[in-house]
Amino acid sequence: MTGALSAEEVAARVRDLPDPELPFVTLGELGVIHRVSTAEDGRLEVGFTPTFLGCPALPAITSAIADVLAQCGHPDGRVRRLAAPAWSTDRITASGRRRLAEHGIAPPRPAGAPTPVRLGVGAPCPHCGSGATRPHSPFGPTRCQSILRCTACGEAFPYLATV
Amino acid sequence: MTEAVALLTARLGDDALVLGQRLCQWITRAPTIEEDLALSNIALDLIGHARTLFTLAGELDGTGRSEDDFAYTRSDREFGNTLLCELPNGDFAVTIARQLAYSHYAVLYYEACADTAHPELAAVAARAATEVDYHRRHADGWTVRLGLGTAQSARRMQAGLDHVWPYIAELFDEDEVVRRMEAAGAAPSPAPLRARWEERVGEVVERAGLAVPAPRWRARGGRQGLHSEAFGPLVAELQSVYRQFPGGIW
Repeated sequence: MTGALSAEEVAARVRDLPDPELPFVTLGELGVIHRVSTAEDGRLEVGFTPTFLGCPALPAITSAIADVLAQCGHPDGRVRRLAAPAWSTDRITASGRRRLAEHGIAPPRPAGAPTPVRLGVGAPCPHCGSGATRPHSPFGPTRCQSILRCTACGEAFPYLATV
Repeated sequence: MTEAVALLTARLGDDALVLGQRLCQWITRAPTIEEDLALSNIALDLIGHARTLFTLAGELDGTGRSEDDFAYTRSDREFGNTLLCELPNGDFAVTIARQLAYSHYAVLYYEACADTAHPELAAVAARAATEVDYHRRHADGWTVRLGLGTAQSARRMQAGLDHVWPYIAELFDEDEVVRRMEAAGAAPSPAPLRARWEERVGEVVERAGLAVPAPRWRARGGRQGLHSEAFGPLVAELQSVYRQFPGGIW
């Protein structure tokens, strides 16, 4: 297969793809790309872990990765959704967290934190920075976000709920 | 053994799909915009569980059937969901009572599967358990709010619990499929989880100032494909587009 890019080069491009629902973060920053490797039958395989089993962005992610594989000289490459290891918000990278906050979405608190903290209590407001925030609605515009309200500036904002 | 695991996996998928489809009927009808989002997000999760479980069931049973084959091409007699999951929505309190019953059961059963089941089912179950636990939190919260709210909300929440309770026993039934699976060490029986379920749900109902119902009859049949009158229209609506355009995708 002359001209085909290596697994490492493909991995870099796949990690650089924007998330379909949060296009200001990449799949790499979200931590959903688990591995890019050559399978036993010699085909290149990209394994990714969905954030939620019912995430509506999954078909878009699958086809975007398939496009990258084809462009990189791996038209027979495979995209696999992996059930294990389960994705956790702890996999979001530091730059991913920064970009979420820049776009008005409070990044998740650590998975090991006590429940109220994981649910967003005290998550700093991405608009004014105040920690005086409280849950408004546990379900938000996408499955991975809930809505908090800042009691200092009064703004409601999405929070990427810890899983 | 694999065949029994495939049957169980499809049943779990049927519960999730049918309850998810029921919850979709709340969209644009929920009491507040936040509640519309909550019920539709829960439905989205459940349908996601169903899709994953159906895909797995099709791999395990060797037929290679797709998620769409399971959802759209089977007749109502071929669905193995419990009658609880197909119960019509009723008022908001009936829906919350149904959510309370199902989500506590699903957390317990998925967690048990995550520990002991066939490895592929275990991986899906581990993930699904964390998602239904979020739904459980939603149901607990509303049960308590309605129970401690006004006289009317308490009366209707109690009526919701009374309406749903006869359908709970079926969740924990042990039939031929379950016994075969358990004997093969492929997946646990839900029967021993009933006591934990009673304890957890009882604690929420008590916190809501309501009474745990003690029904004198119980429903049975969904697991064997014998469904209630309301199920046919639900399946017909679910499959209507696919029946008009067989094989259609977008």
